[in-house]
Parts: sequence; C-alpha cells; structure tokens
Amino acid sequence: MRYLPKSDSERRQMLDVCGVGSPEELFAHLPEAVRLQRPLDLPPGISEYEIVEYFRSRAAENANGYASFLGAGVYNHYRPVLVDTVVSRGEFLTAYTPYQAEISQGTLTQIFEFQTMICQLTGMDVANASMYDGSTAVPEAAMMAVRATGKGRVLVAKSVHPEYREVLRTYAKHQGMPVAEFGYAADGGTLDLEDLERHMDGLTGAVIVQSPNFFGMVEPVKAAAEIAHKRGALLVVVFTEAVSMGLLTPPVDADIAAGELQSFAISPCYGGPYAGILATKEKFIRQMPGRLVGQTTDSRGNRAFCLTLATREQHIRREKATSNICTNQALIALMATVYMTVYGKEGLRELAEQNLAKAHYLAGKLKTRFSGKFFNEFVVRVEGRTPEDVNKALLKRKIIGGLPLGRFYPELADSMLLCATEMSRRADMDVVAEVLAGAAVESSGAIKEVLA
Amino acid sequence: MIKKVTTHLSQNEALLFERSSPGKKGYQLPELDVPAVDAAEALGADNVRAEIPGFPEVSEVEAIRHFTRLSTWNYAIDHGMYPLGSCTMKYNPRINELVARIEGLAWAHPYAPESLCQGAMEVMARMEAALAEITGMDAVTLQPAAGAHGELTGILLIRALLEKKGNPRKKILIPDSAHGTNPATAAIAGYAVQNIRSSETGLLDVGALEKMVDQDVAALMVTNPNTLGVFEDHIMQAAEILHRKGALLYMDGANMNALVGMARPGDFGVDVMHLNLHKTFSTPHGGGGPGAGPVAVKKALEPFLPTPRLKRVGKKWAYDYKRKQSIGRVKAYYGNFGVLVRALAYILAHGGPGLRNATMDAVLNAVYIRKQLEPYFDLPYSSPNMHEVVFSDDRQARLGVRTGDIAKRLIDYGFHPYTVSFPLIVHGALMIEPTETEGKLEIDQFVEAMISIAKEVETDPEMVKNAPYHTRTSRVDEVTAARKPVLRWKG
Repeated sequence: MRYLPKSDSERRQMLDVCGVGSPEELFAHLPEAVRLQRPLDLPPGISEYEIVEYFRSRAAENANGYASFLGAGVYNHYRPVLVDTVVSRGEFLTAYTPYQAEISQGTLTQIFEFQTMICQLTGMDVANASMYDGSTAVPEAAMMAVRATGKGRVLVAKSVHPEYREVLRTYAKHQGMPVAEFGYAADGGTLDLEDLERHMDGLTGAVIVQSPNFFGMVEPVKAAAEIAHKRGALLVVVFTEAVSMGLLTPPVDADIAAGELQSFAISPCYGGPYAGILATKEKFIRQMPGRLVGQTTDSRGNRAFCLTLATREQHIRREKATSNICTNQALIALMATVYMTVYGKEGLRELAEQNLAKAHYLAGKLKTRFSGKFFNEFVVRVEGRTPEDVNKALLKRKIIGGLPLGRFYPELADSMLLCATEMSRRADMDVVAEVLAGAAVESSGAIKEVLA
Repeated sequence: MIKKVTTHLSQNEALLFERSSPGKKGYQLPELDVPAVDAAEALGADNVRAEIPGFPEVSEVEAIRHFTRLSTWNYAIDHGMYPLGSCTMKYNPRINELVARIEGLAWAHPYAPESLCQGAMEVMARMEAALAEITGMDAVTLQPAAGAHGELTGILLIRALLEKKGNPRKKILIPDSAHGTNPATAAIAGYAVQNIRSSETGLLDVGALEKMVDQDVAALMVTNPNTLGVFEDHIMQAAEILHRKGALLYMDGANMNALVGMARPGDFGVDVMHLNLHKTFSTPHGGGGPGAGPVAVKKALEPFLPTPRLKRVGKKWAYDYKRKQSIGRVKAYYGNFGVLVRALAYILAHGGPGLRNATMDAVLNAVYIRKQLEPYFDLPYSSPNMHEVVFSDDRQARLGVRTGDIAKRLIDYGFHPYTVSFPLIVHGALMIEPTETEGKLEIDQFVEAMISIAKEVETDPEMVKNAPYHTRTSRVDEVTAARKPVLRWKG
C-alpha cells in the first residue's frame, strides 16, 4: 500500500529483530475476547484516481454554478491564490504544534504576527493563537468573563447568531452559569438597550452582543458596554463577518472580542474547519484560554518566539485549567494571516467598501425590514409568498436566495436574511430584486388589476 | 557522526510589520459594478474607523517570500519522522488536500437548501458509518471540532443519560496516566475529578476501581491502549464493574491507531469514545490544528447526541432537528467537514484490509524500536507495548542529563523530539510513537541517533545539555517569555 513504506523483506527483517514470525503475533497478548475475529466490513482500498472520482461525484450532488446570497455567519469572499500556495507548503501543513521552539520558528513567528493583526483589527491588547471557531469562542469568552468577575450569570442578545447561542447554552448548562437572553428592537433590528437594562443585575458576569449582528446591523457597542460596566459585568463583542472590520470602529469599549475568521480566505466548506479568535485587554491575560505565542530570545541573543503562559492550560493545570481546549486552528489561522497580509491596510478597507456598496445596491432595490445601519447583510420581509417560495423561484434562476429566518426567529417567519459581498454580481442582484418584487406584485390584488 | 542531516543556508526574515511601507499592495480588486457608497453615511460617522493602525502593507512578492522563508524554519513530517508519543504524527496524503478543495465541496454553504447539499450529507453519512464499523459502536456524531471537544461532548452525553435515569452523579474517575484534557473536560461538564492510581504494571488497577466506583461515580475515562502504549487487558472487567454499578465507560481514542482492524472498543465494553481524525486518520496537524473529534456511542446514548442528526427520508438525506433529549449543539453547523473529507479519503485509500495492515505496521515499528533501545534506556514498565513505547531517563539523569536534553540533542540528528515528560507516571519519560508511515531506513537512523546520544551522555553530558547546535535558533528562553509576556508586535 502506498502509505506503508516497507518492502516485504524489510518487514521480515524487522519481525526477526522483534522475535516474532508474523505481525499478528505482536497482538497475541490481547485477550481473545477483545480481538476482532473478522475483517472490518469496509471495501478494499482504492486508487487516487477512484478517490477523486468519488468526491467529484459527491461534489456534483451539491450546488454547482449557483450565485448565492447566503451569509448568516458564513460568507462568500474571494480567496487570493497566495493563501493555498502558502498553506500547501508541507513545512506548514505537516508540522506539529510548535512546542519545540528551535525547530518551529516558522509557525511561531506567523502566530505572533496573527496575534498582532487580530489586536490591530479588534483594538484589543492581546489575542490568542485562535479557537476552534466563532461558535465555540463565545462560551469560552463567557467562561472567561465569569472567572474574571466572579459572577456566574450570562446575558446574551437575541441578535447574536442563533447557533452560537445554542452552543453557549450547551457549555453553560452544567457549570452553574445560567444564560438569559435579551431582545432586539422590532424596528431598528439592533439591541433593545432598555431590555438589557431590565435584565442586568449584580450577579451578571458577562453581556454578549454581536456586531454586525445576525441581521447584519451595526450594534451600539459603546452603550452596551456602559450598561454592562455599570453593574460590574464584562462586555463580550462577537463578530461573524471579519471583513466588516476593514471599516467599522473596533470594539474598544468591550472587554473581550470573540469572533469568526471564516471571511478571511477560509472556504465555506459546509461549516468548517474555520478559525475563531479571542482577544482581550491586558489585565485579563491570565484568564484567557488557548495557546499564546510570546517573544523572547535564544541563547545566542537572537529574537525568537515560543508558546508561553502555559500554566493556564490543560496539559499543566488539568482540571483547574482555564479551558479544556488543546488544539488551536493553526493552519486556518495561517490562511487568515496570509489573507490579511495580501489585502493589508488599504485592501481590507477597499474590500469592506465594496461589500458595503454591493449590499446597499441590493437593499436599495428592496424594502429592508429594519431601520438600523447595516454592513453587507440585511433583512427583507417577503410579501405575498413565503421566503421559501421566493427561494424556490430563485433556484430556477440558478440563484440561492437568502436565509429564511423563521427557523431561528418565529416572529420573522415572513423574512429572509440576504447577504451581498464583493463576489455578488450586479446582474444576479437585479434578478433577486425582480423576483422579490414579483412576490410583492402578486400579493397585491390592486396592482394585479392594474396590470390586467 | 550525524548522517541524516547537514547544515544549509537559512534566510533571515523580518516581521511583516517591519517590512511594511505605506502604499505597498499585494491585491487588486475588480472595478465596482455598482455605485460606491459613502461609508460614514451608510454606517454612521461614529461607526467608521480612520484606519487599522499598524496593519501590514507589503507587495505580493514580499508576501510569498515572507511566508516561504518562515516555512523553512519549521520541522515537518515531510522532512522526516516525528516520534511524538500519543500524537500519531503520520504521513498526510496529498490526495486528501486535493479532494477537500473540489469546488462543490469546499464552497458548499451550510445553509444551502438540503436538496443542494446531498453530496456533502452523503459524505458525512458514509463517514459516520465507517467510524461506527471501525469502533464497533452504534452511532456517531461528527460535530465536535477536536479531540478535547469530543471529550466534552462524550461526557455531556453520559451526564444526559444518567440525568434521565434520575441521578447525574458527581465524579469522573481518571487514571493518573491520562492526558490533561480528560480532567479539564470533566470539570467543564460539571464533574469532580478523582484520580485513580495505576497498578505496578502501569495498568488500570481493577481492584481499586471496584472499591472506588460508587453511587457518585458517573464514569471512568480511560485511554486504551493507555499512554504507556499498553493495552488495558482488564478492560472488559472494568466495564463490567462500572456497568454493574450504573456507571459508564468513556474511552479516549487518542491511541486508536493501535487498534483499528484488530479490536473494537464497542466490543470490549466501551459506551462512548472520541476519535482524533488528525491522528489515526491522517489529516494534517497544520502546526496545531484544525482537528476533528467525532464521538461514537452505544445505542443507549444515541438519543442525546448533538443536533442536528442526519436521517434518510426516502431517497434523500435530511436533518433531524427535533430531538428533545439532545444535549444541544457543541458547534455551529455540522462539524469540521473539510477534515472529515480528508479522513474519509484516507479510509477509502486503505480500505478495510489496508487499515488493519497499517495498524500492524504501526505496532511493528514501535516494538522494533523498543527492542533496539532497551539496552540503552530504562524501560519502567515491561508489559508488551503496542503503537508506542515509553522509556525513562533514570540512567541518563544520574549523569545530570534529563529527557528534555536528550530530546533537544535529537534535533541535531535531524529528528523532531519524542514526547517529553509524559505520561506523568513515568519519571522523566521518553515517549516514542513512530506510526506505520515510517520505513525501515528512517527508523534505523532514529535508533542510531538515540544510541549515539546515549553514548554522548556517558562521555560528554555537558555537550548534550546545551543542544541543539545546528538549528538556526538555539535554546529558547521560555522563562523570560512567561515572566515578561510580549504577545504582540509593538514597533
């Protein structure tokens, strides 16, 4: 087999050294009852060519050649060629976690650059080497805030990604960390700050908001921070659309930023792997979970990097660790690092401006449901038909429409969440507008009569 | 005499921020085909930042050189053997990378209509079935993002089942040889951790277990083969004790590479386990992730698995979200799909018989190393080992050289170090796992290097203690890094 680099004669020589006649004898000490007495019920191995054929066939059963207006936490952004060029290098792809600093300076240096860029983007003092994804960064941020404040209650905005909130509830359930939700304003689509005030108490350790929120709206982060801080809680600001940070004011009033970097050259890949970030203020460093890279020197006095502050982590602290997390998403974080490098200071801004322009072009042809300010996503109410019906009509035009919101927000069952990025073509947006307008036309008997 | 490596020129490289100059660009966007929008107007002036202070500004040429130069400072499997015990650093087949990038898979949006995701769902269903067959379990969730995340999922499942039976119980038993993630996970799932000491042979002490399991014990978390690379031969007895007293058996699948095709946890009493696809199933470590940590369970735990679950409706795949007893979600969407694709490509490449052959070669390599290094290093536990072998530095420590020093010297010989000082039950552990993807030549060079270092310890211990000598970066001052943390570039 091509992944087993031994000839029969080499295997024979090695068995001789081990003093056994066959490889099976090496398992002779296993109790009879635990041994599998039959071959695995899996087909025999296949060639490279057949493997490619298998996956191409599966890919053909997915969406191919469709324009898409789905966002909702996973965005279609162009991936510069350099990204795969870099991450395909075996020295990055096939390296282990950089515990051995002398032979891992490549990964360590890059993570240090990653941490720096995440701080520059978010306005925080320190960022870790990445988390699994945005959804799991949220409970880690909540746990961190609870540790830092000694207060166990968590308040999360309903405008935070619904699946992130589900993950938070799963993690929180058995840690004596009650989670309550507060609402969004029915007209603006942004935080209902009065409802936040109502829910606040002296036992709340974390207030979690997302900006731009799940509806694409820019949240009043500063006002939320004031309310949280007044009662001694920390504010966690979540983001799912990292490109927005090319334009938006960083959440400097927050205590913790927790987000998803999928927008930075990480293909949608049916939901993962992505990379989450966690960044915070200097004073909370030791409450932070996850790997951290720090600068130091080697014995010759040269600048060097190494993993540091490991006394927070599970392999040292075991059950007293800040988290059970072991891995980070190094290779995915590298994709994001290359992406941030390629676009750089001017590029990320220009990219964000293009996203803003495209989304506002599309929104301009439709009636947005909320009055708040939005970046590249917004909600529209579908009149006369269900959002699902509109999407069916769009599919016939080779377009995947927006996300019907009823599944997550019963009160928005008549609405869909649309996203436009720099990848959205004007012609496709015009079709979306036309089909949605068609729905409105059909619903209006008066107009029908006029047309007749 | 070092045969495997020699020195060569290594390029120096500044940090991105030190290379930046205002106005340098590595990108070009297409002409905007819609009217430009004034950001301050659209977003509100307060919501728009002036700039991203300090963000890099480099050209495309500089960007590729930067990352290429950095890459050459890494050791990687593509360079040679990685004898890291319990980490299963095996070859990462490149076909896995190619298929994961096929457009219809890589660009599948998790919220696309199910009718347009049938291929992705079929891949996941096939993966679930393959892992269920390999582990001998009844159901599999692919949602957890990594091993430790799988552990958390598994322990939450146990809690959910016990809760339904009326009492979630209070404690998880964990052997002293376990990975640190095990106790950290138990704590997050709301359980107290009680350590269980290994027997003199380094195995689970079944007598002690019998005494410790009471109405407060929810489960035992055990790694099998354990972190010494030894199969827990009383595992069925341990399962019987736990089940008799209403507790469950959790298996950490970190060492599954020793068992695939030879023995199945589901057949020896395990109720729930996780797998590390970046270990046993060849997906790349990538310098520390991404991983994937599927969890396999027996039927009794199936109702509690994370939502959604795949289900067959006629000839189509669909998601079932209406699962009242589910522990909920542990991650957004469905799992690290891209990692699942790679792992399935690996399973397809080997096939059933091939996976078994891989396991046999993995164990052969480890036993072969043990036989040849036994005369030079102390072996604290003499039970037959499987895919890895753990020595102690006792003999070398008498001359003042510790396992960490030997590991650093191994770098000079062209190898990544083995796992240092783990498991904790071995004094000064040298934990070596070659995996099946090392050939005889590479292993012979490794053995020669280890023997050569053992001799150097006798003749020149001071020299060994200051290794490595041939790397571009010499020993790194980790103490100062922790004492005065510099965690970002500040210019």
